[in-house]
Amino acid sequence: MNRIDQKFNEDKKLLSIYFSAGFPNLEDTVPILKKLEAAGVDMVEIGLPFSDPLADGPTIQESSTQALRNGMTTEKLFTQLEGIREHISIPLVLMGYFNPMMQFGIEKFLARCAAVGIDGLIIPDLPVDVYHEQYKTLFEQHGLYNMFLITPQTPEERIRYIDEVSNGFIYMVSSAAVTGAQSTFGNTQTDYFRRIAQMNLNTPTVVGFGISNAETYEAASLHSRGAIIGSAFIKFLEEKGVDQIETFVRSIRA
Amino acid sequence: MNYNVDEKGYYGDFGGAFIPEMLYPNVAELRESYLKISADPDFKKEFDALLKDYVGRPTPLYFAKRLSEKYNTKIYLKREDLCHTGAHKVNNTIGQILLAKRLGKNRIIAETGAGQHGVATATVCALMGIECIVYMGALDIKRQAPNVARMKMLGATVRPAQSGSKTLKDATNEAIRDWINNPVDTHYIIGSVVGPHPYPDMVARFQSVISEETKWQLQEQEGRDYPDHVIACVGGGSNAAGLYYHYLNDDRVNIIAVEAAGKGIDSGESAATSALGKEGIIHGSKTLLMQTPDGQITEPYSISAGLDYPGVGPMHAHLFRSKRAEFISIPDQEAMDWGLTLSQMEGIIPAIETAHAFAALDVRKFGPEEIIVFNCSGRGDKDLDTYIDYFKL
Repeated sequence: MNRIDQKFNEDKKLLSIYFSAGFPNLEDTVPILKKLEAAGVDMVEIGLPFSDPLADGPTIQESSTQALRNGMTTEKLFTQLEGIREHISIPLVLMGYFNPMMQFGIEKFLARCAAVGIDGLIIPDLPVDVYHEQYKTLFEQHGLYNMFLITPQTPEERIRYIDEVSNGFIYMVSSAAVTGAQSTFGNTQTDYFRRIAQMNLNTPTVVGFGISNAETYEAASLHSRGAIIGSAFIKFLEEKGVDQIETFVRSIRA
Repeated sequence: MNYNVDEKGYYGDFGGAFIPEMLYPNVAELRESYLKISADPDFKKEFDALLKDYVGRPTPLYFAKRLSEKYNTKIYLKREDLCHTGAHKVNNTIGQILLAKRLGKNRIIAETGAGQHGVATATVCALMGIECIVYMGALDIKRQAPNVARMKMLGATVRPAQSGSKTLKDATNEAIRDWINNPVDTHYIIGSVVGPHPYPDMVARFQSVISEETKWQLQEQEGRDYPDHVIACVGGGSNAAGLYYHYLNDDRVNIIAVEAAGKGIDSGESAATSALGKEGIIHGSKTLLMQTPDGQITEPYSISAGLDYPGVGPMHAHLFRSKRAEFISIPDQEAMDWGLTLSQMEGIIPAIETAHAFAALDVRKFGPEEIIVFNCSGRGDKDLDTYIDYFKL
């Protein structure tokens, strides 16, 4: 069974963390993963840096730019992740834009993901219909899941389609926004979380974008299976460094 | 072979809509409505009236006598430089603002490199009384002060793009992010035949008035409605798309695309995408783009700010790969020299982008009976500072 499914079978709300590989320092990828697992995080999204991350807000953009300056590449990331499954058992999701994957070669890319123990991918600029027509079989051959985003503007019919094509989980973008931290959620967002919960989708949902503290984490998890934190974690890494990761995780979920 | 967009939004291998889900509703709304709205008789009437009375169309198709004599061939210039705001860009912004109004949008965003598309967008927003925000790379804002001032005079807000390389591609990223953050009330006016489907086709259609006029103007002057060659400069490729449009599937017409070689194809400072680019995805479109082996998009260079886009419209990528069009690239120096030549032989000071196209005359031989139509896409006022510096005028 895919590690993502195993995790979602556990009877608990999930906390997932995103970071850009190669930030703050090139060789931080593995230490960050180890500390996140040790602190009790349920799943990690590893960001593959891209020069033009158009769905991301300033915090992730800057960390991505810094990671590239540090020398991060697709090949480098795979090399760092070799042997990672000797240390890490939680699900690992690789999140990145489609162009670097195309240049690496999609088949080769998926084979390397599977070989190092990646469980699934999130590719914001690979639309569900293109995936369904051209790549789904290839992902399945490598035992890799592909997760999709939905937003408050996604029409119901399309959510049903995404639910049908998806495996793992559906990534609910909390509001019409690029990534970035918010301190609270308003009624519109809560109504949206509730509306999606009432659709009884087959695929579990987790909320991302705008989760920054215990309050937003709890609000987001109330009507979903959990939440993903990115920008707030990256800001923390920048200010406090890799050693303090446990403090961050405890501030979200005691 | 078909050179227009297919029903799925592709030109051969290129095009499509590789967009984050957050943009899906906006792009789907456009895709479902752009053909219907632009075919509506009321829309056409308003569009045509504005092109005539406001933009100043039809633009002349001018027989360049001295140039024709010198090169012993028949050279016509399609005078898009005489459009209001100084370039062809306004054909598209007029079309898109009318579309945006019919979609009920009350906020317009745009990206701009040199500022020409920003000015053309700010102009139509002023015309319609609609809020206008233009994203421009922080570096470009410094390099293009007069156009920044023009946009401000026209009432637009110019927002600097501080991310990445702080130029056109980053301004485009910022505009896309703005659209993600404002999915309901905002229309994004893209300035070239780039971006996710339906933009390349929509912009090409609004620019197609260029070849539509060329056909009847040539008929009047030459007794036939097609030339032997159409030649245009290509950055993203909107002026070229407009000139080629009605000749795409006419194999009597040879298509020549001129890209900016910058300091030379192999210099590391170039914008010749067809020569240096590889298939990939930029701004939601699968096309040829300049990138590192690792798939990071690189910063192109050309002395003309309007040609230094790291990608090229998917229609042009298809014209290149299918060999329907001949692609040549011209270095800065030759383009600058042509700026002077056209000024002194025909009394027309061209934009530096436009000057690139004319350098095709030095690269390629044309017969005495052959008819060539150049797209004289923009005037050189905006480039005076560059010309002054370069020629020590």
